[in-house]
Amino acid sequence: MIFFIELLVSFFLVVGAFFAMAGSIGSYRLPDFFSRLHGPTKSTTLGVGSMAIASAIYFSFHGEGISFHEVLITLFLFITAPVSAHFLAKAALHQGLHKNKAALPPKGEKETGPQI
Amino acid sequence: MPAYRKSPIPGNRWLPHPLMTLVLAIIWLLLVNTITFGHLLLGTLLGIAIPWFTNRFWPERPKISKPFLLFRFFFITFVTDVIVANITVVRLFLLPDISRLRPRFLEIPLDTQDPMVITILASVISLTPGTVSAEVSDDRQTLIVHGLDVADEALAIQTIKTRYEAPLKEIFSC
Repeated sequence: MIFFIELLVSFFLVVGAFFAMAGSIGSYRLPDFFSRLHGPTKSTTLGVGSMAIASAIYFSFHGEGISFHEVLITLFLFITAPVSAHFLAKAALHQGLHKNKAALPPKGEKETGPQI
Repeated sequence: MPAYRKSPIPGNRWLPHPLMTLVLAIIWLLLVNTITFGHLLLGTLLGIAIPWFTNRFWPERPKISKPFLLFRFFFITFVTDVIVANITVVRLFLLPDISRLRPRFLEIPLDTQDPMVITILASVISLTPGTVSAEVSDDRQTLIVHGLDVADEALAIQTIKTRYEAPLKEIFSC
């Protein structure tokens, strides 16, 4: 394989791994539930997205013919990640998981269910 | 005013969702990872059959009035912002002093009541800088968004409205 392709593949792999790891570190370090949601929605999407790109490039130049079905992984991830984050945030709002009063939604909880 | 009914591509009884047919055919070709005549035919058949059998789930078709703007929005604005979002968030995650973050909820007044536009807006907000959408009010007037590090509330709301809501409204013309 051409050196340049290998370089490109390793670049995307390293970038993907970095973002995935940073997202996990963020999930661990952040103080409250809502902040922790930011890790899985953003960093992991780009992390897995980069790895999918790396895989697409690798198999396009390595195997037989171009390989493009990795695009689907990225696509589905981009569709599902915000939905699951939204569900978690919604559930947390209903459960009243906000620790400090400053982080309460302005007046949202009136519409979102039982008073906390 | 719903953003439905009239699409630039006309659909009929046998082809209720032309756009979905196209997307399903493309997804099929991506799934099998080959472009041969047989799979092209099979994909097209699936693309015709699936919307036909599930027609009752989506009685209306989305109206995309500016397809070019849609492409520009998703491939330039959106992709750039996802990358910028990740760099921003990672920098915040790796701050030495994590308590310096100013997380808070934002309340974004919505200009559109169209369910699909709100859904896309909420998803885009979740994937772009420092915000996760948490809740839509029952009357679809406000979107509650959680910001990870908000310095200026009004500015953040304004950015979201001009950068994401305005183009989406223009694309789906409502």
